[in-house]
Amino acid sequence: MLRKLTVLAAAVGLAFVATSALAASTKEEPVAPSAPWSFDGPFGTYDQAQLQRGYKVYREVCSSCHSMNLLAFRNLGDKGGPFWDPKYKSSVENGYVKAIAKDYQIADIDRDTGDAIKRPGTPADHFVAPFANEAAARASNGGALPPDMSLLARAREGGPDYIYSIVTGYHPAPAGLTVPAGKFYNPYMQGDLSSFWKGDPNKVPVGGFIAMPPPLADGKVSFDDKSPSDLKAEARDVSAFLMWAADPKMEERKQTGLAVMIFLLVFSGILYASYRTLWRNIDHH
Amino acid sequence: MGASRASPVSLKAGRIEGELKVAESLADSASNPGHAGDDPSRRDFIHIVAAAAAVGGAAAVAWPLIDQMNPAADTLALASVEFDLSKVELGQEVTIAWRKQPLFIRHRTPKEIAEAVAGDHADLKDPQTDAERVKAGHAEWLILLGSCTHLGCVPLFGQGEYGGWFCPCHGSVYDTSGRIRKGPAPLNLAVPEYAFLNDKTVKIG
Amino acid sequence: MTAHTTYEPKTAIERWLDTRLPIVRLGAEVLEFPTPKNLNYWWTFGGILSFCLATQIVTGIVLAMHYQAGGASAFLSVEQGIMRDVNYGWLIRGIHANGASMFFIAVYIHMFRGMYYGSYKAPRELLWLLGCVIYLLMMATAFMGYVLPWGQMSFWGAKVITNLLGAFPIIGKPITTLLWGGFAVDDPTLNRFFSLHYLLPFLIAAVVALHIWALHVPGNNNPTGVEVKSKADTVPFHPYYTVKDGFAIGVFLILFAVFIFYEPDALGHADNFIAANPLVTPAHIVPEWYFLPFYAILRAIPDKLSGVIAMFGAIAMLFALPWLNTSKVKSMRYRPTSKVYFLVFVVVCLILGWCGAQLPDDAVIPALGKTGINLIDSDLNSYVWLSRIATAYYFAYFLLITPILGLRETPLPVPDSISKPVLAGEAAKKD
Repeated sequence: MLRKLTVLAAAVGLAFVATSALAASTKEEPVAPSAPWSFDGPFGTYDQAQLQRGYKVYREVCSSCHSMNLLAFRNLGDKGGPFWDPKYKSSVENGYVKAIAKDYQIADIDRDTGDAIKRPGTPADHFVAPFANEAAARASNGGALPPDMSLLARAREGGPDYIYSIVTGYHPAPAGLTVPAGKFYNPYMQGDLSSFWKGDPNKVPVGGFIAMPPPLADGKVSFDDKSPSDLKAEARDVSAFLMWAADPKMEERKQTGLAVMIFLLVFSGILYASYRTLWRNIDHH
Repeated sequence: MGASRASPVSLKAGRIEGELKVAESLADSASNPGHAGDDPSRRDFIHIVAAAAAVGGAAAVAWPLIDQMNPAADTLALASVEFDLSKVELGQEVTIAWRKQPLFIRHRTPKEIAEAVAGDHADLKDPQTDAERVKAGHAEWLILLGSCTHLGCVPLFGQGEYGGWFCPCHGSVYDTSGRIRKGPAPLNLAVPEYAFLNDKTVKIG
Repeated sequence: MTAHTTYEPKTAIERWLDTRLPIVRLGAEVLEFPTPKNLNYWWTFGGILSFCLATQIVTGIVLAMHYQAGGASAFLSVEQGIMRDVNYGWLIRGIHANGASMFFIAVYIHMFRGMYYGSYKAPRELLWLLGCVIYLLMMATAFMGYVLPWGQMSFWGAKVITNLLGAFPIIGKPITTLLWGGFAVDDPTLNRFFSLHYLLPFLIAAVVALHIWALHVPGNNNPTGVEVKSKADTVPFHPYYTVKDGFAIGVFLILFAVFIFYEPDALGHADNFIAANPLVTPAHIVPEWYFLPFYAILRAIPDKLSGVIAMFGAIAMLFALPWLNTSKVKSMRYRPTSKVYFLVFVVVCLILGWCGAQLPDDAVIPALGKTGINLIDSDLNSYVWLSRIATAYYFAYFLLITPILGLRETPLPVPDSISKPVLAGEAAKKD
């Protein structure tokens, strides 16, 4: 039995080494403490009320600069999404989703005249990007490109914690640090500040510069469910929403995973019994 | 006692599962002495359970691999369209794309409606009245899937001896209700699921 | 192949088939193949690898039904189409993407097992060489597969790796241009990588068939390294090893499932969730974990061409291994000194993998800071120097330690046969 455990331990160990090697591959940045997420752990799920609040923050603040190209309006009404309502058979029928979609003007071609037109959105349409293309986005943002938010929470080490940290982590630049025009110091941003630092070369401040001005503030968004709308609450809610946007299949994945794990444990147990029974009379050492 | 009851079970299941080999090798195994206390039937049973679990697991994995070929969520989301009927002149037809197929929206004249109703009593291959093929109170609007029921070509508007459609591929002729009147097609042109949202807007799908 | 089967066609149809295409006989031959009865769990990885290959091919065929190779559409077809819209797309891609890593975990264990028990020694050299060919094909397939989602790491990984070939004088530049089909990694590159990524697994399957054929001629090696002497040493492959391998696959699947369902991103890289942008390089380009040891060897050498040669040389060592081992005893169970050097070798490979993921100039022991001893180009307390030491051991293990130890080491007494090990208790303890 000991040898069997060794085999298993070796396999797990190898995976662990590989994983931690990758995790350690990026330079360590401080991560601000954030509330535990409802979606943490193998049984975690999204908190629908939080996703709705987060969507509101995205809609009212982030969406003026950040696109969310991979998401269609209908996704908001998908199972586990912010506006999922089991009474609708399909998210396309969802009244709330329809209303959200209608607020957007979608570029289209008139079927009869061939003219470029704008029409109200339908649930099947995708979110409309605030800028026509990358060049336009950069031109309006001092040369910086506001990243697309569809996968942002998976495209950054730390995921929602990282987003929360950036949004809440703006900090006055330490004395001796020259902040370029149009930039802000943020200790959670990745970067190397040594060429902007006049002090002790061994004490270069952590963090980097970010082109985005502090986007959220106390009371910037008022939530319909009367929950607190201080900076931290807004940041937490929008981070959770972005995690959902990046990984909408998480709940389905974890639920499937539970069934699969139970099956595999039972299956392996049965096979082990079968194996032992079969080999019991074979002297194989 | 237990042995005599369990052995027919194992024999039957062994035949089914093709895992008989397991049982056979055990039974035949000459290096099997000294374990007279073993219950052979129980030992067979665990192998059958193992094989059944493997088959069950494989079957469960098969479903996602098959279901992925069904229409994806983005395809299903586009499955319904709303259409403004005021764009179709009397006596004309507009073809729009619906589920990547042509959809005929025909604004019938009173004469065409009368012909269609008259055809209700003809010898029809796929008997259906004109009233069954339009919405009550909206007899002037005929909405059909533009796909010949023979082999899927797009029938031509206003052609053929019944004033309905004519399919250029194999010569099927449809009347002004879209019913098959002549030629190889077995069925009438299909009427999709649709509803009038108001007098001028129809939602298809 | 000598006949081991007791298969007798029973029905008229079976007799008819047996004289024309004896495929049932071949199946029986494989299933009843006499297999040493003392194989331990390290031997289950052959079965696990077959399972991995089948899984990758099946899920890959399915993913190809939804994937669109093209600079503008590839990222969308994966991250929007497959991951969000296709029924169970997230699951199938999760299996395929993590399956590549599982495949490599299994193949590395399989290779280390072969090295430890001397499974590559005569008469199994060709079996080992075919295995090395499979490993090479796997690396090519995995590399091209990682490019397909067309994220930032896909794009820049492809660029960096294809640029390696440019190091070779004269032929380097034309070869990279030929690979790219342009002046840089672009749509034509992506399209041909997709084509080859679909093709190579079937080549792998063909070489696996040869690998198994080459296995069935001399038969399996075993933990004692002593060849099979009599029927008492063996059991038929089925049911004894089908059930044992099945159990091992079950346990392996548990690890696999943890990644698919609970840590789907752990073995990937966050930057690959950003669509490829030829104008912006990610801060830190790292290959997939299974290439990291070779990446570390590449970076250990300050000269570009020499680095590329060292990296390919590291793989070439595996091909040469059967002729580098001079020992008369196969299994390291009876070679206590070799065992120690081998374990160090395994650790060195892990260290190389670790170094491959680090920035070369970062300190290995941060608390120590700079030692001030600057050798060649870097401080001694840096990953580049750790890589150099590990690279030196890697090559020394093949070129010096293995041949010399084979001649000089005095092995422990080796049993006469599998069934009658001398000093049975002793052997079991060392196991």
